[in-house]
Parts: sequence; structure tokens; C-alpha cells
Amino acid sequence: MLPQSSILVLAPIVPGREDELRGLLDRLNRAPGFADPANPLIPFGQFDRLHLARFVILEDPTPDDIAVYGLAPTPLPPTLAFFADCDGSRDAFLTELTRRAEQGLRQLFSHCAGFGDTTGMLQFMRQHSQAPAAAYVNWIGRTVRQIHEEAALRLALTGYLDANAAALANADPQLLRRQVIAFVEEQRRAGTLTLTAPEPTPIGWQIRNLLNLVGVPLLLLIASPLLLLYLPLFFWLLRRRETRDPEILPRPNPQRRAAIAGREDHDVTNPYIVSGYLKPGLFRLSTVLFLLFLVDYGARHIYNRGHLARVQTIHFARWVFLNGRKQMFFASNYDGSLESYMDDFINKVGWGLNLLFSNGVGYPRTDWLIVGGAANEQKFKYFIHRHQIPVQVWYKAYPGLTTFDLLRNARLRDGLERPAMSDAEIREWLGLL
Amino acid sequence: MSTPPEFDDIQGVVRFGYGQLTAACFFLLRVADAAAARRWLAQAPVTDAAYRQPPPDAALQIALTAEGLQAIGTPAEIMAGFSDEFIVGMAADQNRSRRLGDVGSNAPALWRWGAGDAVPHVLVMLYATPARFEAWLAEITTGGLWAQAFSVLDCLQTEFLDNHEPFGFADGISQPALDWERCEPFTALQLEYRNVSALGEFLLGYPNEYGRYTDRPLVGAEADPAGLLPAAEEVSERRDLGRNGTYLVLRDLSQDVAGFWQFLARQSDETGRTAQQLAEAMVGRSMEGAPLAPTSRRPIAGNTGNDAPNNHFTFADDPDGAHCPFGAHIRRANPRNADMPGGPGGAISRLVRIAGFDRHGVRNDLVAPTRFHRLLRRGRPYGMRLTPEDAMYSSDTVEERGIRFVCLNANISRQFEFVQNAWIVAAKFDGLLDETDPLLGNRQPVPGCPVPEDFTYSRAGAVRRRLRGLPQFVTVRGGAYFFMPGIRALRYLATSNS
Repeated sequence: MLPQSSILVLAPIVPGREDELRGLLDRLNRAPGFADPANPLIPFGQFDRLHLARFVILEDPTPDDIAVYGLAPTPLPPTLAFFADCDGSRDAFLTELTRRAEQGLRQLFSHCAGFGDTTGMLQFMRQHSQAPAAAYVNWIGRTVRQIHEEAALRLALTGYLDANAAALANADPQLLRRQVIAFVEEQRRAGTLTLTAPEPTPIGWQIRNLLNLVGVPLLLLIASPLLLLYLPLFFWLLRRRETRDPEILPRPNPQRRAAIAGREDHDVTNPYIVSGYLKPGLFRLSTVLFLLFLVDYGARHIYNRGHLARVQTIHFARWVFLNGRKQMFFASNYDGSLESYMDDFINKVGWGLNLLFSNGVGYPRTDWLIVGGAANEQKFKYFIHRHQIPVQVWYKAYPGLTTFDLLRNARLRDGLERPAMSDAEIREWLGLL
Repeated sequence: MSTPPEFDDIQGVVRFGYGQLTAACFFLLRVADAAAARRWLAQAPVTDAAYRQPPPDAALQIALTAEGLQAIGTPAEIMAGFSDEFIVGMAADQNRSRRLGDVGSNAPALWRWGAGDAVPHVLVMLYATPARFEAWLAEITTGGLWAQAFSVLDCLQTEFLDNHEPFGFADGISQPALDWERCEPFTALQLEYRNVSALGEFLLGYPNEYGRYTDRPLVGAEADPAGLLPAAEEVSERRDLGRNGTYLVLRDLSQDVAGFWQFLARQSDETGRTAQQLAEAMVGRSMEGAPLAPTSRRPIAGNTGNDAPNNHFTFADDPDGAHCPFGAHIRRANPRNADMPGGPGGAISRLVRIAGFDRHGVRNDLVAPTRFHRLLRRGRPYGMRLTPEDAMYSSDTVEERGIRFVCLNANISRQFEFVQNAWIVAAKFDGLLDETDPLLGNRQPVPGCPVPEDFTYSRAGAVRRRLRGLPQFVTVRGGAYFFMPGIRALRYLATSNS
């Protein structure tokens, strides 16, 4: 199994060159915000380990909100952000990226502070990389190659069943499965289907993962007396704040909303990014740090097989601090339109959203960290719309495929490779088509 | 809070479908003279929702688009209180059109009305018994004021087809029951499907399924010196212009009845099923309305009235789509699920499920909870009846048939647009393989997907059966978002000075 890595390069834009950069980024697209995989600047389609990528001009959508706490705004300087989710190590991908697209990258990053003709591209990206505070991957170890191979398998199986529907309608399940397996074998021999065996899991990753799996609970166990002692104080501090923190929930600007919507729904999956201030003070910061620590653990070891709590539509997501942890953003890639994503947020994981987002300035009021908040449906949607940032360029290596498609295709393959299946299992298996 | 419903302030169509008033037409009007239009609106004999015995033999309902409200001089402060999707309108934003499936031959640029200069201002819906209809029409539309106030953009005729739609299926069977008396307690997590909706899902000014008041125009007391408007429930110092009003979505859908039945007749030989069986699988009901899904073993709250036997089911009893295909029209339009799969269960089971565990089957929990996405449908068919038998051999492509689809909802983006986008036109609904609604789908390509022109109609054996190459059967010819005000609010809009 080859686990994925997330890449984020953040580089402040030279003042005054933002519009020029925006224009350049648009040249990567074939529809608003929707990348052309073969664009000459960054030919995303050539990278066979790249799942998703995006360029965002990070800007504060709500620079003055912090003033409600009597603090001077510390807006983000406009920053070019490059995101990628890839198979294998971060460094291997950045190296390949530089090798294939250095000219394009140089053109883009030349709009950023501290980048000159003599700057080493790879070194610049390494220096400007930022690790997420927490990251989520829908299925750890599912590679782009596997996704493409299994999608081709699915198409071949669909075609096979359609072509032989009448003959197969009343076939014995075991016989049917043998026929399907024989068909796939034949296709593999003919070279029209490929099903590559998974790569070995890197040993370093295995060790780190195991240490994390055991180490985090151990650490929590050791810290538990302190955490228990802190708990009453925590709730006292929390309730004081929850009952007083101001909400900032005006109707979002419709023009801004329309501009972002213009970049959505060009594929069955959409990119998403919201950013804002954290509520000031050590209490909120320590709460968020602790929760993200748990989220990251959960995403690594518990929610790594197709769902984050009840939400199954997220491909990749990450939480990142900005500006000395004064601000943060959440970025994800989800299936369906924004309205259905927000529906998932509110109706399926409102509690989880509240845990983290309620530490952001202006969020709808919560009680006990998880109650309320997103349940204030319309105001929550205003909050989301108001904090959303347009994605200038977005690339997905497997257009038209949802997380459910990926799951189904993987199960189809699994059914071929298992030594035996019961009749009922075969019916369920073929029912996936 | 239990207060008696204000039926005398609510337009009747919210409560009644006016099934007895079988003759109807919908006028789409442009305001020619704002002052005259206001005078006409101020005195129009709008029918309210009070129960009358004998029932009225004629009814009149009125709604306005955002452009229409502006045309009669509604102040900007009030306009700003309406929802964005209403203000922008159904057709004016390409992104919305893309989400609603209004692309290709459904594109607003090809509509007969509803886009560009052909956005209606006022919708006047006339209903009557056949005997009364001509006189009622004359009563409303002859007169100097009407002629001075409006120019007629279109008059959408309707036809009484014995409560069937033009393909021949019994129509309007499933409707949510409204909690008029507001006696249902608010529940944060509903674990069984119920057919009862909070009043606020269909009327502004009342709590919705989230226990909240949907945003709507509220005005200060100084803007209502005559005291026409009621106080807003949640902010008593403001007057509620939205109260007892709702948003009305009108879509003019043309149905290719001959194309539908001839396609199915051609498929009949190949599949060994009759055209009618295939059509019933597409709809999810028999032509007379009996559901294909098995009857539910438990009662369903709010399932009352004449159609109760035909609505006594959920899809929890058909998890594999063996009886009713996943892609069937009624399964998409109303998935009949609860907030979370798995039924009531105990406290621990709930926690486990909330955390995303205890998952049964690969399709578990793919569809959004239904209760936040209900529609109250009030459409009417048009065009001469064409039976399936005649349709299969008919070359009658001259006569146009279809539905003047009307639905009411308090939140267009969460209700109508969600149902249309995430359920009806979604190629991935409930884990399906690149299919859209077999009846309503536009068969336009989705990037990266094959053109969604299949329909999987049976999963009964080991191998599913599907129809390939479905043509487009329904084409959008027009559409608009209207605000259907409460009767006091209508008088306020018509009389307050701009």
C-alpha cells in the first residue's frame, strides 16, 4: 500500500501583481476554475500519482471580523497557495513536478515575494511548504493508478453484462462469477485491462504509523490526570465564552457568492475552501490544537476507509493554520453541489463541524461545543458562504468519479480476487453494477 | 406554540389543490402600468384557505416574481429581505441553470417564457368548475383596470385528465401533511420517516423543520402605518411581510408522450417486459398509483387521506431496489428516509451510528434526510389526453402535452433546487451508475461520465437489467420563481407607497 501525501506551498504575492497572476491562472483552465489537464503551464494530466491539485489566491474574506473583540485586524497578505494530494512521498512529487513543469511554476511563482530568476524552484517550494494541522484521506493507500484501473474494470464489466444480459439473466451465481472472472482474465491477457498489484507499504511509514497509533493514546493516558483536572475549568471557560461570543452572520454578498458558484459544478466533485480568524486567546487556540490533534489521529487510524463519521463524499480534506495561528482554513474536495455538502454538514456531522468551527470568529452560537451551531441552518449557510474563497484552478485526476464510484469499483475488483464467494455475496457483488 | 392557523390570510392553494375546480389557467402578466397594477392587486378577489361548505366554485390566486415586485414599486429594503435565488430568478444565472439541469434543449435561451424580456411579473391562477370557468375568466380579465395594468405574456392552459399526468400515470399522490395546528414538537434527530412537515417548510413566518424562522422581509412599524401586517413571531418589534406567504416555483414542462410510449414499446421486445411494466418501473408506481415498494409494517405519521394506502411504504423495506428501482422517479423525488438509517434503536446504537459506524451494506446513508427537502405540489397537466395504446401508434406530434409544474416551499434553494439538483438530475443519486431521472432527465453529458441515458429497471436476478439510450422525454419550456404573499401582505404590497 502506497499512502498519500498532502502538499501545500504558500507564497505571499508581490503587492500589485495579484491581478496579473489571476489572469495567468485562468490560462490553466478550460472552464471557470476548472483545470485543463493538458494546459501548457502545469500539465496536471501527466502526473500519474496526482489525485487533486489546486491554486488559490488566499485572501481574507472577513479581514475586519476580529474587531468585535477589540483587536486590530491582521489580514492575510494575498498569498498564492498550491495544493496537491498525491501518492507516495511529498518530496518525490515535488521533484517530479519541478522536472516536468518548472517553466510554468516559475512563471506563476515569479509573482511571489522572494522569488527571482536564480531561485531554485524545488528549494523554494520546499521552503514554502506548510504541513496541515490535520488531514483526511477518504481511503488511505488508494492510488490514482488503482482508481483508473478499477474504473476501466467497471466499464468492461458493465459492457460485458449488457452484452450478455439475456444469457446471464438466470445463470447460476457461481457459474456467472466464473464466467466474469474468465472474461476479465481474457481482457488482461489481451492487454485491454490491467490490475496492478498494490505496491509494498514503505517501511518508514509503517513504523511512523504504528508509533502514532500507539503513542497518541499512550500520551493521552499519561496526560489524563491533568486533562481530568482541567476539565471543570475547561467547561467553565467554555461556557463563559459560548454565552458571550458575538455571532457575525450577515447575508453574504450575492455577487461574491455568484462568482464562486461560477467555478462550481463543472464536475461531480467540487473544491471547497473557507477561512477565517480563530477566536482570540490561549483558550480557543489550545482547544483547537487539541481537537485537531484528535481529528488527525482519527483520520489516520479510524476514519481511513471511505467515511468521515457519517460523511462519505469527501475525497481529501485538510485544516491549516495561517498567519501565526491567528487564522485558519479548511479545504476539501466533495461530491455533489455545495447545497448538498452543507446538508451533510448540518444533518450528518453538525456536531463535528461545531467542535472545530465554533472556535472561529462569528460562528453561530454553540452550547457545550457540539450543540447548536450548524443546526442554525440558514445562518450557518450564511457563515459558510461568507467565509468561502474562490478556487482559481482545480484539477481532479478522475473526473466523473465520486467516492462512491471509487468504493464500488474497488469492491468489484475485490470480488474477482477473493478465493470464494457465497451465492448471496455474488448477487450483492454484481448488484454493484 | 399552538395558535389557530390564519386560514383567512393564506392563499387557498397552499391548503387545497382545488381538485374539484377542474378547469384552470395560469396567466403570466407583465406590468404595463404600475399604479393600475397596484390598484388591481389591492382589490383582486383572492381566495383564502378557509374551509367553506359548499366549497367555492371558483378561485383566484396571485404571486409575483422579484421583477414583478420591483415593477409595482416595492422598495429596495423590502426586496433585500427575499432570498437570493428568488431575487436572481430561475433563469438569469448560468450556474443555477447548470445545477437545475436547464442546459441543452432545456436551456433558458430556448424557453417560451421566463428568460430575458419574457420574465413574467405577476402570476394569476384561475380555477373554477367547468360550468363556471368562462364566466369567472371574464369576470377577472375583462375590465379597464386589468387591461390598463397588465400585458399578457402568456396564458398557460390546463386540461383535466382525471388526476393523471400526460404519460398516463395517476399524479399528485404523495404530498406532505402540514402541521397546521403546530402541535408536533421539534425534533433534532428524527429516526423514522414521517409525512408531517413543520408549517415553516411551506409558509414563511413559522418555524421550519430546524425549529427556525426562514429569513424573509420584515419591515419596521413606521413602514406600515396602516397596521396591515402582523408582528413577526421571533422579533415582535418588526412587521412580517412574509407571514403566510410562500415561494411558488412554476416550470412549464413539455412531455413527449408519443416518444415515451414508442420508445418503451420498442424496448418491450428486447426485454420481455411490456411497455407498461417498464414505464411503471420508471415511475415506481403502477399507472393507477400503487407503489412498487412493499407496504411498510409500521404506521407512517401524517399518512392520511384518500391516498393513504398508496403511500404506506418507505424504501427501507426495499434496500436492494428489487421492487422499486433506485432510479425510479418517486424514489428520487421523495426518498422517504429518516435523518439517519437504522430506525430508532437505543442510545448506544444512536451514538455508534452518529459516529459513522454500524454501517450495513455499501449503499448505506447515501441520501440526504428527506424532511428538509419536501415540496407541496400543485401542478396541472395540459394537452389533449393520449392513451398509451394510441401513443404507441400515434404520429400526433403536433398537439403539445405536459405539466405546468407548480410547487410551494419556504426555501427555494433547500427545497426545490435541492430536490431537482441532488436527486432528480443527479447522475450519482443513491450510488447509481450515471443515470438521471428516467422521466425528467435531460440526458446531457456530465464531465467525465458517459451520457446518462440508461435506466436500471430490475435487480431481481443476479444480473441487473437496464434500458439503454433513453431519449429525453421532458423538455423545459419556461419557468420562474414567484412569491405568493399572504393576503394582508398582498394588500400591503399593493397599497404602500414606494
